[in-house]
Amino acid sequence: MIHLINVKSLTAVLVILGVLFLYSFLSYRTSHQQNITAENRLSADVVAVGNEFHLVAPEHLQYEQPSIVQGSRIDVVAVTPWLAPIVWEGTFNPVLLDSIYKPKNITIIATVFAVGKYIMFLKRFLETAEQHFFVGFKVHIYVFTDRPNEVPPVTMASGRRVNRTRKQPKRSNTLTEFATGLFPEANSDKKRLHFFLQLIVRLVPTAKRWQEISARRMELIQMVIEEQLPNNRNYIFCLDVDSQFHGRWGSESLGGLVAVTHPGYYRDPRSKFPYERRPSSRAYLAPGEGDFYYCGGAFGGLLQEVHHLAKTCRHNFEADAQEGIEAAWQEESHLNRYMWINKPSKVLSPEYLWQDFKPRNPEVHIVRFSGVVKNYADIRPNA
Amino acid sequence: MKPSITHFICKFLYYFKYVLRVSPLSVCSDNGSWRVGDLKMQTGLKYAQPSTQNGRTDVNSVTNWNAPLVWEGTFDPVVIDAIYKKMDPRVAVVLFAVGKYTRFLKGFLESAEKYFLVDFRVTYYIFTDNKGDVPTIKLGKGRKISVVTIPSVNRWQEVVLGRMKWATITIDKQIRNEADYLYMMDIDSVFHNDFGAESLSPLSAVLHRGYYKNTRRDQFPYERRPKSMAYIPTDEGDYYYTAAVWGGYLEDMYRLVKYCYTQSEEDAKNDIEAVWQEESHLNKYLLYNKPTKVLSPEYLWSDYDKIPADIKVVRISQLVKNYEEVRPNGGH
Repeated sequence: MIHLINVKSLTAVLVILGVLFLYSFLSYRTSHQQNITAENRLSADVVAVGNEFHLVAPEHLQYEQPSIVQGSRIDVVAVTPWLAPIVWEGTFNPVLLDSIYKPKNITIIATVFAVGKYIMFLKRFLETAEQHFFVGFKVHIYVFTDRPNEVPPVTMASGRRVNRTRKQPKRSNTLTEFATGLFPEANSDKKRLHFFLQLIVRLVPTAKRWQEISARRMELIQMVIEEQLPNNRNYIFCLDVDSQFHGRWGSESLGGLVAVTHPGYYRDPRSKFPYERRPSSRAYLAPGEGDFYYCGGAFGGLLQEVHHLAKTCRHNFEADAQEGIEAAWQEESHLNRYMWINKPSKVLSPEYLWQDFKPRNPEVHIVRFSGVVKNYADIRPNA
Repeated sequence: MKPSITHFICKFLYYFKYVLRVSPLSVCSDNGSWRVGDLKMQTGLKYAQPSTQNGRTDVNSVTNWNAPLVWEGTFDPVVIDAIYKKMDPRVAVVLFAVGKYTRFLKGFLESAEKYFLVDFRVTYYIFTDNKGDVPTIKLGKGRKISVVTIPSVNRWQEVVLGRMKWATITIDKQIRNEADYLYMMDIDSVFHNDFGAESLSPLSAVLHRGYYKNTRRDQFPYERRPKSMAYIPTDEGDYYYTAAVWGGYLEDMYRLVKYCYTQSEEDAKNDIEAVWQEESHLNKYLLYNKPTKVLSPEYLWSDYDKIPADIKVVRISQLVKNYEEVRPNGGH
């Protein structure tokens, strides 16, 4: 008899669980069934819920009183018309922002593509990142390259010892992964807060055209993010490898969807922006449209925001390719269209991606990240 | 057999929780289309090109934790409206009209219909001790009035503290199922100009008109007695915010309202009342939980005060009133 009761209650429990499961599964499914509209919208898989927005500051932090009627910068605009901050030196207090973001225990992910001869830029990129990029935070840098053996051994500043571990490559169809970890010495410089930078190298096939390398970036970014989800509290920045850091790039750059204004066009009228102008492309922006010209060489944000961007741009790029069109500046064109419709919640000034060959304009008080001078014929597979 | 069933149920619930976390259920409005964090705009919208060089130079447009400081001229209402109307959030406005304060309802509501979040879905939650005093107002499409009856009190200070208590209870029981954003507003005010979607953010606070210009932080009227839960030392503080207008995501506002309520209760147990009641507790909370948008004093001015040059637009203004007439315990 006891046996009979157990069976009945078990069946009841299973039926209830089955109903709950079916309900949640069905509602999860319907959220996927949104067709791709002319506005490039793909159905979203996850919701960006507010940990990003809880800006908790520690008690008793000492800093100068902020002013309301005196902006520290009057030569530049510090907010977009949709009220996203435009980050310039002087518009933020780094101590306050760091004190807000460090306790959140986030990891900053960075992706760089060092395919073909571009591997030559990686050493300088990594060395300068260690000095300037999110110092004091956990940083994971994903390096995509077809020459994993040329990934340089990086010596850390201030004489810290480097521990390198090399795992056996896993078997997978296209990618081989092995991790090089860099660990700070136990009793390193006491002024440095706990700091952990990890380098993860991913193998990608060699490409014949530089445009192909450019095009695959979105797909690879999408895949890296998908591995990280459902942990959605972290941020990702996708950066050009042929650049180096000269100044702080830190928590002031964090936001839901973060774009960088291109150094070549931030003073120009929108008619001069090199948007894709052929209506047949999915990156098309009509005359009279567009806020800023954003860089394809530096963008970022919360994982799921960038995932949506990467997925959309990749889809549009591939759809264009099937019709025999390649946008004027490849994924940068698609990114610009995406950000016209999906407004970035934070815009970084050209301090965040300058060009070494350009003399500095007076409003750029500090160059934080800058493309190095290079000879394209030397480094592109199909110059 | 029993241990394995529990194990199976636990595993299933873990998966279920994961599915719930990625499903839009938890933050969806009734038509399932609203999503947190989207600044999406429709294609084909035309507006003036934004500049990186030329903006307002007489005021600061960002705080030092990089949140926007909203003034006329820092935003384009065309873009803002396009973005937020696409989101189509439900907005709740919590209003207390107790005792003689019901006389302000008509002016507030009629002007709100003209200027406050026009063409958005707005529900006014009117907390009153006299339902019969609530006037009939012609409301726009998608706009509602919901009356919540609360008991009368004898002191105006109790009215003010009661706001936090009743707001906490009603948000918890009712409003959280009916709104995405929530505003707390003082009823004795009238709208004069557009108060729009540029004010929406996870947590929006308004600068108090009396202390935004040159007041040093040690002069802000924070609660200065360490005995009170609202205590702020003289070397801390960003701005002084008003408690007459505040808003944000429902859950963030609920947390803040509840905080003000519980902190006031704690103070009451220790025989102390913060110098500006919930405004003191609000300022303490916002010092350590930074607002995501700070609204200029355009978003709460006062008919008592002359309008200075940096206030280009007065969007809502507190009325001059005879305190003896309207307060339950006279002037004080």
